Amino acid sequence: MRSACLVVALWLGAVLLPGACAYADAFSGLGSARPDEMLGAISTLAVSGDPQAGTVLRALGERHLFAAPDGGLYIRQGETCVDARTGQPVATVPDGLKPVRLNNRIRTALAGAQASMALLAPQAETRLKAADALYARHDPAMVPTLEHALSVEKDAAVRTRLMQARAATILAQPAQQDTQDQRLEAVRSLAAVGGLEARGILAGVAQSDAEAPQVRHAAQAAVSSMDWHLRAWSVAQNAFYGLSYGSVLLLAATGLAITFGVMGVINMAHGEMMMIGAYVTWMVQQAIRVSVPALEPVAILVAIPVAFVVCGGMGVLIERGLIRFLYGRPLETLLATWGLSLILQQAVRSIFGPTNIAVQTPAWLSGSVAVGGMDITLNRLAILVFAALVLGGLMLVLRRTPLGLQMRAVTQNRRMAALMGIRTPRVDALAFGLGAGLAGLAGVAVSQIDNVSPNLGQSYIIDSFMVVVFGGVGNLWGTLAAAMALGMGGKVLEPAIGAVSAKIAILVLVILYIQRHPRGMFPVRGRGVES
Amino acid sequence: MTGDLLLDVRNVSVTFDGFRAINNLSLSLRPGEMRAIVGPNGAGKTTMMDIITGKTRPDTGTARFQGHDLTRLDEPAIARLGIGRKFQKPTVFEALSVTENLLLSLKGIRSPFAMLMARQSARERERIAHLLQLTRLQDMADQPAGGMSHGQKQWLEIGMLMGQEPDLLLVDEPVAGMTDAETMATADLLREINRTRSVVVVEHDMDFVRALGVGVTVLHEGAVLAEGTLDEISADPRVIEVYLGR
Amino acid sequence: MNPFSVHGPRNLRGVIWMAVAVVVVAGGLAMASLLPEGSPFHASAFVVSLAGKYLAYAMLALSVDLVWGFAGILTLGHAAFFALGGYAMGMYLMREIGARGVYGNASLPDFMIFLSWKSLPWYWWGSEHFAWAALLVVAVPGLLAGVFGWLAFRSRVSGVYLSIITQALTYALMLAFFQNGLGFGGNNGLTDFKDILGADLHAPLTRAVLLVVTGVLLAASLLAARFVVASRFGHLLVAVRDAENRTRFLGYRPDQVKLLVWVFSAMVAGLGGALYVTQVGIINPGEFAPANSIESVIWVAVGGRGTLCGAVLGAILVNLGKTLFTAWLPEFWLYGLGFLFIGTTLFLPQGIMGLLRHVRKPPAEEVTPEVSDTQGGEA
Repeated sequence: MRSACLVVALWLGAVLLPGACAYADAFSGLGSARPDEMLGAISTLAVSGDPQAGTVLRALGERHLFAAPDGGLYIRQGETCVDARTGQPVATVPDGLKPVRLNNRIRTALAGAQASMALLAPQAETRLKAADALYARHDPAMVPTLEHALSVEKDAAVRTRLMQARAATILAQPAQQDTQDQRLEAVRSLAAVGGLEARGILAGVAQSDAEAPQVRHAAQAAVSSMDWHLRAWSVAQNAFYGLSYGSVLLLAATGLAITFGVMGVINMAHGEMMMIGAYVTWMVQQAIRVSVPALEPVAILVAIPVAFVVCGGMGVLIERGLIRFLYGRPLETLLATWGLSLILQQAVRSIFGPTNIAVQTPAWLSGSVAVGGMDITLNRLAILVFAALVLGGLMLVLRRTPLGLQMRAVTQNRRMAALMGIRTPRVDALAFGLGAGLAGLAGVAVSQIDNVSPNLGQSYIIDSFMVVVFGGVGNLWGTLAAAMALGMGGKVLEPAIGAVSAKIAILVLVILYIQRHPRGMFPVRGRGVES
Repeated sequence: MTGDLLLDVRNVSVTFDGFRAINNLSLSLRPGEMRAIVGPNGAGKTTMMDIITGKTRPDTGTARFQGHDLTRLDEPAIARLGIGRKFQKPTVFEALSVTENLLLSLKGIRSPFAMLMARQSARERERIAHLLQLTRLQDMADQPAGGMSHGQKQWLEIGMLMGQEPDLLLVDEPVAGMTDAETMATADLLREINRTRSVVVVEHDMDFVRALGVGVTVLHEGAVLAEGTLDEISADPRVIEVYLGR
Repeated sequence: MNPFSVHGPRNLRGVIWMAVAVVVVAGGLAMASLLPEGSPFHASAFVVSLAGKYLAYAMLALSVDLVWGFAGILTLGHAAFFALGGYAMGMYLMREIGARGVYGNASLPDFMIFLSWKSLPWYWWGSEHFAWAALLVVAVPGLLAGVFGWLAFRSRVSGVYLSIITQALTYALMLAFFQNGLGFGGNNGLTDFKDILGADLHAPLTRAVLLVVTGVLLAASLLAARFVVASRFGHLLVAVRDAENRTRFLGYRPDQVKLLVWVFSAMVAGLGGALYVTQVGIINPGEFAPANSIESVIWVAVGGRGTLCGAVLGAILVNLGKTLFTAWLPEFWLYGLGFLFIGTTLFLPQGIMGLLRHVRKPPAEEVTPEVSDTQGGEA
């Protein structure tokens, strides 16, 4: 009984006594309370080639590394614990575990160690990522690591990136006497990279007095050339935004232009037709999610014809039920359709609530692709293409179908068209339906880039009006030109004077333009068109 | 010679979107003359009137009235010079009474500010009474013009034209849609007017032109085809070809 | 545009009575508001400010009727002139606050200090004088209307095109006034007024006097408008509305005619806006919203276009309806307003005044000229 007690006491002593360390390897220093020992341990581990090194260092960074009093190291993974040295799970968690603490110095060293490990990793992808990270960090201490990595690197892409990272790192250090050639080379290397990061470093070099004149001039030249590129790309970017907004305007305005052209009436409820188109998109998405979840990604494509038919049908109903009683009184029509727009807004608000609804953007329309220095968002690109398709389709309808022929006839001379046997009331109803259907299509498009709420229509209607009066009546090319001019004009002015001022400026310019050209850019001319 | 002319239109051409509505047209009128202008549809009759009254500007050529260059003036300025125009479709102010229509037409105040303060003068009252008598609309003096018949509107418009006291009247198809009796009465009225003023009448109705008994100008494809008395131009083979075809 | 429902100057009989009625009602309410609270005839401060608001709106409606009813210009931007008048008055009221603002600065309004401006922008100069403000109330809308109208009418912009650009005008102004940098308080506009001409704006007596002043100025505007449309100029105005080209060939210049009435109308609207601000106590960029302008058109349509009285009647009735409706069934007001637009244009093109005329006289006397889409001067 006594001896048994003694054994237990000894065992306890062995466990509890400080300094009675059971381990003495590369990992040991990590558990130390002294930062120097930890730093040493980190750098030793980084080059040790130990299969557990990466895991342990990551755990250290994430504060999942714990030290036991006996020098044992454990990594906590949720509820369980693994031994840091072996990676094997431990059955019982030892007592007295303390988290290994980090300070900033250690954190920096840790990041460097991880990067240099990654630079030597077997996968080229990992190495490239590490080089990217070092490019952004330009930590002087990493130069030797980079040199070492360069000496063994075979992959061309990784090599380029490593050289750029080295160039950035070198330039980030203060200039010294005998490093001129090295720095000049670094400037050239960075100039080839481009981007804001490189520009920042080069601009610093270009302004530094400590720099050799040769290096400074090279940096200055590089900065101005990069600036030119950046500006060119930002112009291109704005042009894309302009085209994109122009195509939204085009979608919103074509329907309006058709009803105005054929019937001479302004449909103030046109924006609400767009709004309903967006709500239809949402409902189609919901219905498909419930019934055929597999089709969810293409719900938006299903919504296109549905929105066209729903809004077009409503348009025909509105024409038959309201507009035709006001024929020949364009200003009264304007008021009545405004009343209608209030009713539609309130109805949607009552049914769906006043807040925004979440229309999904399918994965294949999300995100963006970089084209040079330009960021092309996929949904905006899709709207651009969609607008082009809609316009093309509309042209076909107007040029190649009997309805299109009749509509053009009524636009040009209503009385003559009636005398030729065209049933103008039917043409009116269908034209109005077509206009409303186009608004529905615009609604589908807008649901992908804008908030969908009962007020959606209001935010587009004035711009659409501007497009119609700017472009002139009865000419789709005019509508196209006006939409693009207004879209581009706004985005071109925006960087200079701000978004709201740009909008005001565009409105004022259009107002002034209309005063000079009361019939828009492409007026219908001749004796028969006096108002 | 030019100095004697009231209206002198020379070598005028107008093009609408590539279509030559008036082609090198010349036309002149002596003071006190009445002239009838005939021609098939599209001959340029209305466009010619548009040029004289300032509604359309010619591409080339000159138009002078009493020495003033009409191509530099707009419609109100030309109207104030003393050219009155009556449209084919009677255009009167339908919401106003016959008297008010006539009052607005009277030669005199044209400035908006002056019109705010204007009171009807004795002379104006007299002129209106005279015009009501001339147009035989005394009984309708206080009726809104919108409620009148087509023929009455035509007469009211002629009355308004007289109120302007123009030196030259341009009258576009005044008897379209009138009965024979009304047509003859209108011819009498125009002859009566012609005693003090020059008149240009555009008309299709040959009986009416004959009743006027004045010189006739035939327009065709924007140019003058023939000029002369009605009998002369009726015998002109070119005119016959244009009107009757081959 | 179409002479369908309107017969210029012959429908002006009730205008003088309407002017008298406006003054009597405003005076009566003002006096009732000064009675002790217990009195059965006491009018509450709420009722007084509501009545003042309606009468100010009636002036806006009157100005819309002048151009729409008599000159055929469907304006969708008249609230812009109303709001500009309101801002001009609001500037004076801001300056009257003086050092009593949150920041206690005697010369700069609070919002300018908030933007860390050091001095008043030039267009605020003189705004501490009531007389200058009163001049601006009519001059600014008049000037804007003058420039806009001169450009538009000279180049013969008309019909739907004109409507759309008036709407764009007020929309552009709304966006501009939302900007803090413009110097009119941005989003919040001008508010927290204290005094007018040294009198406390919250005192019952001041409010009563303001109501009477509003009533008198509305009556005066009615009579002035009547003078304009009943004059020979008014006949010409109707002539221009129905057959613009014809007037041109009679030697008139329709652009001048329209411009004159357009500017006059903008001034009346500006005056209405100024009275509105004194009684409602706030002016913000929301007043420029295109929807407000369109709403003021429906007041005129409901009352009866081209009658002057109808505008006043319509403005009061529709706004009364709005007040009651939004108190009882706030959800349904927009339905009500929407159906009002549709119902009036479809079934009551001559508005309440037209209805009253029908009741008083057999419809046979009513002359309905043929509806023509085309104006005179077509050959």
